[in-house]
Amino acid sequence: MDDLSNLTITEARAALRKGEVTSVELTKACLAAIDTAGALGAFVHTTPGTALDRAAAADARLAAGDAPDMCGIPVGLKDLFCTKGVPSQAGSGILAGFKPEYESTVSAQLRDAGAVMLGKLNMDEFAMGSSTETSTYGPAVNPWRANNSDAALTPGGSSGGSASAVAAHLCLAATGTDTGGSIRQPAAFTGIVGLKPTYGRCSRWGIVAFASSLDQAGPMTKTVRDAAIMGRAMMGHDPKDSTSADLPVPDFEAMLTGDIKGKVIGIPREYRMDGMPGEIEVLWTRGREMLASAGADIRDITLPHTKYALPAYYVLAPAEASSNLARYDGVRFGYRARQSPGDGITEMYQKTRAEGFGAEVKRRVMIGTYVLSAGFYDAYYNRARKVRALIKKDFEDAFVQGIDAILTPATPSAAFELGQAHTDPVDMYLNDVFTVTVNLAGLPGIVVPAGLDTRGLPLGLQLIGRPWEEGALLNIACALERAAGFVAQPARWW
Amino acid sequence: MHIDKDTAAKVAKLARIRVEDHDLDALAGEFNAILGFIAQLNELDVTTVDPMTSVTPMRLKRRPDVVADGNRQDQILANAPDAREGFFAVPKVVE
Repeated sequence: MDDLSNLTITEARAALRKGEVTSVELTKACLAAIDTAGALGAFVHTTPGTALDRAAAADARLAAGDAPDMCGIPVGLKDLFCTKGVPSQAGSGILAGFKPEYESTVSAQLRDAGAVMLGKLNMDEFAMGSSTETSTYGPAVNPWRANNSDAALTPGGSSGGSASAVAAHLCLAATGTDTGGSIRQPAAFTGIVGLKPTYGRCSRWGIVAFASSLDQAGPMTKTVRDAAIMGRAMMGHDPKDSTSADLPVPDFEAMLTGDIKGKVIGIPREYRMDGMPGEIEVLWTRGREMLASAGADIRDITLPHTKYALPAYYVLAPAEASSNLARYDGVRFGYRARQSPGDGITEMYQKTRAEGFGAEVKRRVMIGTYVLSAGFYDAYYNRARKVRALIKKDFEDAFVQGIDAILTPATPSAAFELGQAHTDPVDMYLNDVFTVTVNLAGLPGIVVPAGLDTRGLPLGLQLIGRPWEEGALLNIACALERAAGFVAQPARWW
Repeated sequence: MHIDKDTAAKVAKLARIRVEDHDLDALAGEFNAILGFIAQLNELDVTTVDPMTSVTPMRLKRRPDVVADGNRQDQILANAPDAREGFFAVPKVVE
């Protein structure tokens, strides 16, 4: 079989169970695809030995008839997931050389389900960014290019390596994490599916922390069905994460009937932004029409505090980051700066953090330090927490009125060129304008590829669901995916 | 609120990040751009709103207060930039 890495999880699962292919063959195909895709900058550490060992073990399980859904499926893991004995740097120089002595809960669950780890995927440093350009490894590159152009485009961020790898078929699927849109924006930029589960669905244990009240892991896959399969394997209660939800994880795949008759879909008027490109607006309208044709009841709704989500996020996320990143002090793990004669411990801390962190991380840690400092805590941090409560209430009010899911654009544009100068850091922050509300409210959100823009680049639509109802959300996403019929693939240049 | 060079230096010190003197003006400018963006939050009246304290209403799990882990000195020290005789080594802290 040719191009085994092009398979979806669903297709590979069927072929594995029928004995048409082995996990070792699938894994070798992915490793070969990775070997020739250095130009994408997607994989930053590969683990071929571990991958082939796990693939052989998966084949044995398949032969014995003990094969969970993910058994034998080769996947990539975002560098934010700690993986035992394998470099886990969160895209940062300050974790250079760090090899965890433990395995994150999510990657352990995937491993125990028989999934094959191919290696670690590029990302913005500590997941802070929307283009993967803040990575210490250098940027990941989007496999898509605009028509008649060979300009390198961003795969988005922070899970840009994951998105690039899945879109370019270097792996069947990948893990991502999403704090303000870091699964969904890259999925939209690369024409794949990205699911951010309800906050608390996936354990955060062993995932390098950015903003703990917003961070959530999720699957990045080629289809909605694959997201249902892989998402289920990643979720579940974990006593090691006190915010992980002690709720049963349903069989999401069994809920994918594609029947959405009578489902009420909200269209929030506040998501029609000034200066929004016409193509995004057209796509959004088409999404609305597609869901209506599938039998859904479309209603205009209001989420009045939407415009305050990004400013609130840029108080809360840096505040939490400044606290979480205080642990990088050059003492227990990672990088330590060379010291000058006479340097004390404070100089060691200051030099280590100045040299180990990149510019965006330093900026956010310092903004977080400022908004939490004496005299400003109430004016910034507490005010932002209050605004967050209002944003959450906007969604609760919509759901109380019978809304099952909310349809929005995924991003304000298609993928943009790498290397654009950003003189104002706020420019980059605007990428998350449609996604960040979902993190603040702790809701599940999914991006589905829905069309191409006039330059031939993928565009996505986002669906936002009720808390804990990923199954219903995935089913609506499945109907949207079916109606959109997105089949375009990037032309191979790498 | 306008951040000047001195405030930027103070924040860098609090964050334990060394910033060279000649970089402080640019840093203050970036802070001001971000804080200007954040200032939109002042448009809202939040006097009667309680701050959000948990993403989903849940009672934090309790567990017995017993030792459940330990004897991992080698693992804990394995990634230290400088570990000696079973300890993390740091520059002299007390004269």
